[in-house]
Amino acid sequence: MLTKLTGGRIIDPSQGINDKVGDLYIQDGRIIDPPSDAKIDEEINLRGKIVMAGAIDMHTHIGGGKVNIARTMLPEDHAADVIARTELMRSGCGHAAPSTLSAGYRYAEMGYTAGFEPAILPVNARQAHMEMHDTPIIDKGGYVMLGSDDFLLRMMAANKDQEAINNYVAWTITHSQAVGVKVVNPGGINAFKFNQRKLDLDEENAYYGITPRDILHRLARAVNELGVPHPLHVHGCNLGVPGNMGTTLDTITGIEGLPMHMTHIQFHSYGIEGDFKFSSGAAEIAEAINANKNITVDVGQILFGQTVTASGDNMRQHAGHSHAHPNKWVSMDIECEAGCGVVPFKYKDQSYVNALQWMIGLETFLLVDDPWRIFLTTDHPNGAPFTSYPHLIRLLMDKTFRNDIMSRLHPEAQAASHLASVEREYSLYEIAIMTRAGAAKLVGLSDRGRLSKGAAADITVYTEHEDKEKMFSKPDYVFKDGQMVVKDGNLIHVSWGTTHVVKPDYDESIEKELKPYFDRFHTMKLGNHKISDDEIIDDGRGSLTVQPLHAGGPI
Amino acid sequence: MAESNDVCVFHEVASPFCGIASDDLTIEVSGQTVSVIENGDAITKKGFETQITDTEPRIDGQEVSLEEAIAKAADIVNASQQPVIGGMASDINGIRAAMALADKTGATVDSMDSDSAFRNLLVLQDTGWMTTTLTEVRNRVDLLLVVGSDIEADYPRFYERMVWNEVSLFDQDTSSRDVIYLGKAPSGDTSTSPNGQKAQVLACDDNDLPEVLSVLRALVNGKVIQAEQVSGLTLVDLSDLAEKLKQAAYSVVAWASGSMQFDHAEVSIQMLNEMIKDLNETTRSSGLPLGGKEGSTSVYNVSSWQSGYPMRTSFNRGYPDYDPYLFDSKSMLANGEADSLVWVSSFNVDRTPPETGAPTVVIGRSGMTFDQEPAVFIPVGVPGIDHAGRSFRGDSSVAVPLRKLRDSGLPSTFDVLSAIEQAL
Repeated sequence: MLTKLTGGRIIDPSQGINDKVGDLYIQDGRIIDPPSDAKIDEEINLRGKIVMAGAIDMHTHIGGGKVNIARTMLPEDHAADVIARTELMRSGCGHAAPSTLSAGYRYAEMGYTAGFEPAILPVNARQAHMEMHDTPIIDKGGYVMLGSDDFLLRMMAANKDQEAINNYVAWTITHSQAVGVKVVNPGGINAFKFNQRKLDLDEENAYYGITPRDILHRLARAVNELGVPHPLHVHGCNLGVPGNMGTTLDTITGIEGLPMHMTHIQFHSYGIEGDFKFSSGAAEIAEAINANKNITVDVGQILFGQTVTASGDNMRQHAGHSHAHPNKWVSMDIECEAGCGVVPFKYKDQSYVNALQWMIGLETFLLVDDPWRIFLTTDHPNGAPFTSYPHLIRLLMDKTFRNDIMSRLHPEAQAASHLASVEREYSLYEIAIMTRAGAAKLVGLSDRGRLSKGAAADITVYTEHEDKEKMFSKPDYVFKDGQMVVKDGNLIHVSWGTTHVVKPDYDESIEKELKPYFDRFHTMKLGNHKISDDEIIDDGRGSLTVQPLHAGGPI
Repeated sequence: MAESNDVCVFHEVASPFCGIASDDLTIEVSGQTVSVIENGDAITKKGFETQITDTEPRIDGQEVSLEEAIAKAADIVNASQQPVIGGMASDINGIRAAMALADKTGATVDSMDSDSAFRNLLVLQDTGWMTTTLTEVRNRVDLLLVVGSDIEADYPRFYERMVWNEVSLFDQDTSSRDVIYLGKAPSGDTSTSPNGQKAQVLACDDNDLPEVLSVLRALVNGKVIQAEQVSGLTLVDLSDLAEKLKQAAYSVVAWASGSMQFDHAEVSIQMLNEMIKDLNETTRSSGLPLGGKEGSTSVYNVSSWQSGYPMRTSFNRGYPDYDPYLFDSKSMLANGEADSLVWVSSFNVDRTPPETGAPTVVIGRSGMTFDQEPAVFIPVGVPGIDHAGRSFRGDSSVAVPLRKLRDSGLPSTFDVLSAIEQAL
């Protein structure tokens, strides 16, 4: 089957192509060179349409224990947003925490073809993968959480060498079936179990004497030396705390040039100026990002309305429980590996703090120069559900729209921000970098996010529209692995995406230490903890795609 | 059924039969006979060792082929205006297939252990909680408070694995851990420490727990109580307990909602969990809801991720519609609201369907006997014996892999339910 997509306006930053009319050829799910004489089986006329690779959400909580707690505890949120079964689609529901099936359909209908769960506990990886297995159409993958696990902290307290740590990190990535490594409130989740209520960058864990700075260094080095393409994914210290920008700046410079991705940076960019003792640190943070080329960020934009916050950071989630709306919340300690906290939340435009959070996120987007190093997220569902991405894109691309909304927010928050004077409007090309080419590069997806020969034919086609929210809400076509899955904004075919992983090398001798550790301290055997390739393939619908490693350092 | 005289031994086998999901069992399989030879207990032995009897499906008591039984089951569901898929005791893929069938046929899904599960889920949906998991308990607990439950009856190895473990991560002398029962007294001695220290028991009637727990929470919060006795317990003892909870560094409050069978036990469980939240203003304390035997934790997890809601969700209107009271399958059947029942029970031959006049299809473990022969009986393999699978532990964060131990030729629940869906 050879398909030709004719005459679209192609935007593919991976090749530096910006709005150039051209044809694409698809065969066996891949983009191929123009064939010299082969018969075209199907031709689709895209003249005048904008053609991009399928969008990639590099940080979205779509599967795993905390997400499922959020679903279970929010029946009232689902009831207002039910989705009936059709011939094609299973039924589902959910605004803030949608069912897996609905999440996959909705992502595809918005032109997204991949989403990455950023916080997979090793012991909960089985559940996360089972949920992602039930998420249709999009590709998926996850970052495995380390940094509050007692095994790592014991290694560090025993001053084990970096090679031993690298081995443990590689083993964990491999047997959790992950594509990267995340650290959440480094060491803080562990410290909370010892009743510590805050842990700053240089504050010691009460039992181990280890600091977050040590943990970040060890893990960032491990990820880099193993050649894992996705840099260490960091949810920093002091999330949501007024004044946390100092810690964030210190974290950026403190990593000493190692590649590091700082996630939902908006929640870590707060100062303590003004009458409310809460101010924007976005300008200083953006300046630091611009100056430190080893740093990438995603924003974690908040948008107004009801949502739910679900995080591994139970230390900070517990501290914020009094803000729960509705007033119910969950905090868990989990298996000497980590924890989680789930707190429903309603962002209000007439709240000074929420209004300023909205501005801080947008300031960050607009003040960071390089779209290859900043990514479009709402930290779904923590800042807002992923279904609000088209709205967020319009905020970035349309200054008038942005300033109109801003003018309706809490007046003192308006006065506390320079956002209204920021002229920048994102171009389609920059949006394509953030949501396609840059995201694929950041996650380490060699065959996605681009429209060049050999890439998977994940393609989204839009009609350009003055109202960018409208444009990005309803693509004309979405192709997943060469198959048309969306037409005129509606799903027409359900397929099942692959799971992206990396498989860094490790020395099997690590199991000589891990097995007795599991036997002595855990309630599960090492062998049962590991997730086999067969479990990802599962009933035959799933598949694994092993992404290549970078040339790493010493192992 | 495949015949073989070879004896195979499997190590580190996980049990889906109790909520702790111990995964250190050694199991010997000889032909079709399964024996737990290491680390077994009454629950796991019965679970693994129950023999296969019938292997042929039946329609109205007459043996038929699997294809005929599936066709008849599909006819029954097709003809039904309001089908119920009950029981739901299976592995993840069996539950997935039940959800798919329910979505397609407009059925209501419910679990055989819903009464117990909802005592917790209603709390989760109303106020939430702070909980912990088994490995944390094993390494951190310094005070274990057991409320309204006799843990060892349903979880015989709880103390061996989670409390009296010899070593723990943080240099604790585990034998000095405090164990206190509030409500029911323990039925055995497993809660007695290796040093011979018996658990303290503050015994009261189940029906008095609402009052006792209210007073305990008040004491934790420093409220003054005028009474000297509460439901037969002295205020001195209760004050002492409140003080111990406040002094403990990592107390764990365990309850088995299945044992708390008094009216509106969920309100008492809520009181307990609000007390735990209060304790966490100054120290650490965590709830440990014990449950989840025979796949029941898997049911609410799979139902939640596929539909947004836990079980007691109806697909009759074409979309998921959740009501923990209206969609109680027992009352739907008793009131004649449901007109067919697909009963899934692949772990335990004793868990048979409720009596009903509605035509019933049983997807059940071989060896099941019935007072009332169902319209269709399809014997299926047991997840973790006859086929591979996965099952959630009672603490929910952890799912264990289940292995295929013998070749019985019995189909899986997933196979049968998927075939019924295909045959509609």
